[in-house]
Amino acid sequence: MYARWIREGKLPVNSDWNKDLGVTFTVQDPCQLVRKSLGNPVAEDLRFVVRSVVGDDNFIDMWPNKSNNYCCGGGGGFLQSGYSDERRAYGRIKLDQILHTKADYCIAPCHNCHSQIHDLSEHSGANFPVVHLWTLICLSLGILGENEREYLGDDLKEVGL
Amino acid sequence: MGETTVLAVEPKQSELMKKIKDLLPEGGNLNMCLACGACSSGCPATGMEGMDPRKFVRLALLGQEEVLRSTPWVWMCTMCRRCIHACPMGVDIPQLVYLCRQTWAREDRPKGILGSCEQALNTPGNSAMGASSEDFKFVVEDVLEEVREGQPGQENLVAPIDKQGAYYFLNQNSREPVTEPDEMVPLWKILSLVGADWTYGTKGWAAENYCMFLADDDAWETVVRNKAKAVEDLGCKVWLNTE
Repeated sequence: MYARWIREGKLPVNSDWNKDLGVTFTVQDPCQLVRKSLGNPVAEDLRFVVRSVVGDDNFIDMWPNKSNNYCCGGGGGFLQSGYSDERRAYGRIKLDQILHTKADYCIAPCHNCHSQIHDLSEHSGANFPVVHLWTLICLSLGILGENEREYLGDDLKEVGL
Repeated sequence: MGETTVLAVEPKQSELMKKIKDLLPEGGNLNMCLACGACSSGCPATGMEGMDPRKFVRLALLGQEEVLRSTPWVWMCTMCRRCIHACPMGVDIPQLVYLCRQTWAREDRPKGILGSCEQALNTPGNSAMGASSEDFKFVVEDVLEEVREGQPGQENLVAPIDKQGAYYFLNQNSREPVTEPDEMVPLWKILSLVGADWTYGTKGWAAENYCMFLADDDAWETVVRNKAKAVEDLGCKVWLNTE
């Protein structure tokens, strides 16, 4: 949807805000959205949105990616199953994938992924911020309010205010 | 030399396996497993509880029903479907895991998942966190008012609830209204900007469905039907699930 709205000109995002900052981002492919439903085309759309919002040069893809990406470990009820140690062990691959990109931020366009990767980041001490797309889209449009920055790092807390 | 070897192992034919093969299209292709290990080598749950996807399939084929029924590994596999994506023979291991979850007595399944499913069944909004529709409505209206008053340029922002005939029925994960309501706002702004005609509903508004993870088909269906009915009752065209 975001990709369509950007292409139709209804969502005039751009990456000017990040031109000088050069904050880098990677993105998680939610299993539910990509491998289990819409496949690589939606993964391409996802990257189109991310690149439009953060700038081509500031996007670093993880590997493997798209339909072949790894599950974060938040799905299937794992977050509520009580097996927290196992869940974090499962997420180790995801954490390593993200750290390997050396990106400053991870974008998680899925609620489960967001909770899980946020927990992986905090629990491992890596402490990279994990954000939803809607946060970055509004940041890019200059309409992100002060209270809507819970998941942004300190570097972006003031941008566009 | 020259002698033939007779394989004397007769796989046990278990009820579980019969049921599984009947349920899955093409029997889940379970018999097609080449034991190549592509599934296990790319599975983050490999090694947990001494289990991995290949071993799970082999145990199934050998009729080791007790092991399949008892291993907590079925709750550590997220059914992400990366194994079947990699499998040259299309063996449906995730569905096998799902069916094994169903063999657990309901009360023995993980309490967190069970509780979340029960909460969804007990609230008209199907909220796994047990949030009431009144609270949801109150939080949305409260946050909206704050934004309209406090953010220049957002005076006309809307967050409709139960708007008859809206094009999109937007659902909402319970976490935002319950723990971080301000996180709902960016999406409202995006929807306003693109001119989308949308609404929340006081019925079936929650995005999550833990009954599916619980592998309780009846409860899963109840929740989905309630949500679908909420969309239809408002005459909405598209059921929009959020990030």
